[in-house]
Order: sequence, then C-alpha cells, then structure tokens
Amino acid sequence: MGFLNNFINGISLGSIYSVIALGYTMVYGIAKMLNFAHGDVIMVGAYIVFVLTTGAGMNPYLALLISMVACTLLGMTIERFAYRPLRGASPLAVLITAIGVSYFLQNVALLIFGTQVKSFKSILEFPSIKLAGGKIIISDETIITIVVSLIIMIGLTLFVNKTKPGRAMLAVSEDRGAAQLMGVNVNATIALTFAIGSGLAAVAGVLLCSTYPALSSQTGAMPGIKAFVAAVLGGIGSIPGALIGGLAIGVVEILSKTYISSQLADAIVFAILIIVLLVKPTGILGKKYIEKV
Amino acid sequence: MALLEIKDLKVSYGVINAIKGVSFDVEEGEIIALIGANGAGKTTILHTISGLISAKEGSIVFDGKEITKVPPHKIVSMGMAQVPEGRRVFQQLSVLENLKLGAYTRKDKAGISESLKYVYTRFPRLEERKNQVAGTLSGGEQQMLAMGRALMSKPRIILMDEPSMGLSPLLVTEIFDIIKVINEGGTTVLLVEQNAKKALSIANRAYVLETGNISLSGKASDLINDESVKKAYLGE
Repeated sequence: MGFLNNFINGISLGSIYSVIALGYTMVYGIAKMLNFAHGDVIMVGAYIVFVLTTGAGMNPYLALLISMVACTLLGMTIERFAYRPLRGASPLAVLITAIGVSYFLQNVALLIFGTQVKSFKSILEFPSIKLAGGKIIISDETIITIVVSLIIMIGLTLFVNKTKPGRAMLAVSEDRGAAQLMGVNVNATIALTFAIGSGLAAVAGVLLCSTYPALSSQTGAMPGIKAFVAAVLGGIGSIPGALIGGLAIGVVEILSKTYISSQLADAIVFAILIIVLLVKPTGILGKKYIEKV
Repeated sequence: MALLEIKDLKVSYGVINAIKGVSFDVEEGEIIALIGANGAGKTTILHTISGLISAKEGSIVFDGKEITKVPPHKIVSMGMAQVPEGRRVFQQLSVLENLKLGAYTRKDKAGISESLKYVYTRFPRLEERKNQVAGTLSGGEQQMLAMGRALMSKPRIILMDEPSMGLSPLLVTEIFDIIKVINEGGTTVLLVEQNAKKALSIANRAYVLETGNISLSGKASDLINDESVKKAYLGE
C-alpha cells in the first residue's frame, strides 16, 4: 500500500507540473519561445494569495481569483515589454531575456518579502479520502489538484479546437505569415497565449503551495524547470503532451525520492530530459511537420 | 481611380535594395500580371502590399486609402487576400478548418456559408475532401485550397503568388482557367508568375520586373508578341 500512496502522491505532484507545463507548451507552440520566467509567475501568484489570505484575511477563493487576474496582467506585461520588442530577433536573445525576467521577478520578491520562507496555508479545506481501511489516504489537495488539472486540460483543448481565437492560435503556431494573411492579429494572439498561460500559473502556484507549503522567491524556479522537462517529454507544443509529461515526471520524482534517493531524484528527472533529447527530441506526442516543397 | 496603386515603392532587406522604386496600378476588374525571373522581387512586392514586409519608401494606396503602414490583419479586412507562394495551407488542419480561417475577419454567418458554397462550386474536390487534413492533399489540391481559402474572405482583390509552381501542365491550365472564372465573378487579380506565357494569356495588362525595377509594361496581348519578352521570358 505504501507504493500506491507514493504513486498517488506522484500523480498529485505530476498534475501540478502538468498545469505549469501547459504554460510552457502553449507559449512555445505559438510564440516559438521558451518563457523561462513562467515558473516565477507561479511564485508571484502564490505570494499574492498569501498576502491576501494570511495578510488581509480575504476569502481564499476570491484571493485566487484576484491572483489569476494579476498574473494574467503580469504575463501580458512581460510579453509586451520584454518579448515583443524582440520578435524576429535571434532565439538566443529571447531566451536570455526570459532568464533575465525570471531573475528580475525573483529578486523583486526577495526585495519585498525578504529571505525568510513563508508558511503557505492551504486554501483547500476538505476531508481526505481513506480507502482500504485507512491504508490508502488520498488528501484533499491531491484530489483537487488532479481534478483541477484535468478540467484545465479539457477546457484548453476545447478552447483551442472549437473557438475562433483558439483556431487563430493553431494557425499562428503553424505558420505565422500565413495566419496574418488570413487576417489574424498575431500580436494579440500571442498576448492572449501569455494571458492564459500566466493565469494558469496562478492556479498552479496555489496548488503547489497548498501541497508543499514553503513559499519563497525560489518557489517557482525548480518546479518551473521540471515542468519544462515535462513539456519536452510530452512533446513541446502539445496540450495532452503536457498532461502526460507532467504526470510522468511527478511519478518518477516521488518514486525516485522514496525508493532510490531523495538527493538523486532531481538528477533522475533531468536525466530523463537528456535521454528524451537524445532518443526522441519531439517527445511522446511531439508534432512532426510534413514538409512539402 | 485605380483599385490598387503602387507609387515609387522601395523595399530593402538590410543593406540590399530588393525593390528600387516600382510604380504600377491595378484597375478594378482587371487581371494584372507581374512577370520576371527568379529573384526579380515579385514576392517581395506582394508581401509588402499585404503588409508582411514594411516598405522603405513610397506608397501603396488601396481603394483610395493609404495602406503602406497598415498591419496585415487590417489589410485583409479591407478586402485584400493573398494566395502565398508555396500555398502555405495549414497542414495540420482539415480542409474545412482552413477555409474557415480564410473567413477569419468576417462575422456575417450567412455570408460565410454562401462563400463556402461558392468555393465548393469552384473547387468540387475541396468539398469531397473537406474533412481531410490539408497536409495530405496533393500539390494541386493544396493550391486549390489556398485559392479557396483566399476567396473565403470575399476579397475585392486577390494577390496570387506563383500559382503554377510545382504543378503538372494539365493542372496549371486548370488553375489558370479557375483564376479567369474568379476574375469574371468580379474579383480583381494581381498575378505574380514565372510562367510568363500562361500569365500573359489570361492577363489584361502586365508589368515586367527586372532586379527590382519595372523594365516593361503594357497590354498583355502586346507583350506576348514583344521580341524582348519573347526572348527573355517565353523561350522563343
């Protein structure tokens, strides 16, 4: 039963990675850039909820809503002022800028909240589920995390495939110039992508800190990078790929921590990245473009 | 007043001057051919008109409005569509989804389904394959899809970039016949082609582009008999 409990914990952590990986994958698929500041938007989202609930005593769900709006605006601002001026610049310049934005956000948080790690109070107050006579315990955080990430995944898939702005995203993702010739406003589409990804980052931040309640300026950094590994594993640019990759990385991490070594767990996760890049760079569900001349 | 008026257009890629002061106009209802060798700047001109590339100097006036600095998505909603070189259909989307993206700027549902009907009558093969993924279509079918997609915006003018590229002679004839029919339906056509003979056979007037300058212009029926055109572009 110990294994099952660990496995469930892995799925729970993996669901959080999935939600974060979605932000990476959507921005990569549409803007063709790696937004390494994405993990730090998660941290900002968690801090906003922390300040509003623990600090101001606000209803946690209202706090989450405000945090989502704030992160959406933050994401769009980052895109507008840090990335848009670099459209058409070399990918390396954009990547370095993204890393710069990441450090900027971390250091602003450090400046405001200091170095002390804050204890994040879970906003979820439901009973946990006990199965098999109490041998398997599924915490409320786990259930909510899994359910929320599934809802987000389904919602996004429907949005991309069934709505007009979603179609515009697909078009921009495949051929930016051709999309413009259809009348798609590429800048607005990319801004919308950042808005959605960053809004989801706020949700991911709350889920993450509800399960792992230590909040610091570094909170988003490591999960962000692991979610990036998850996105690559699943096939960067693919929405279901982010789900599969996230779950896989979460399970591998928890099982490695339990059965191999908690020190080596991160190394094992990053070894997966290296192996994927060597063996199947497009990832599990990665798209292969049909090139026709 | 001409529907599309290009005046003294200059475009450069960094230090290289690709278009060195080109002027021409397209009257409503015409088919205008822009012919010239590879690298003469034909595609650059079309991309500049559509707003994908910005002009260094000069002006582009469409329907009486200056569009030189207007972003591409607004130009589409003003009534200008482009069938780009190499078709550039959305490979991962179905035929129908591609066509719907062609109507992206429109909101009149009834009008859109009417346009879809029109496209299907022009290209029955697209209706047969409407649920097929565009990447699996043949080159000729993709060309038809790219043309149908452009028609979905119900444009006043269509810019066509090398529609004959990579197609069999039989298909080229079919495509050019359709261009003529589209034009007879009231849509103005600006046609860029390396296949000068075909282009001149359906055009009203034509301009010959040589390394960024217009070297010759006139009625298509005159140019087709012009000795220098014959020698350089018609292989006679």
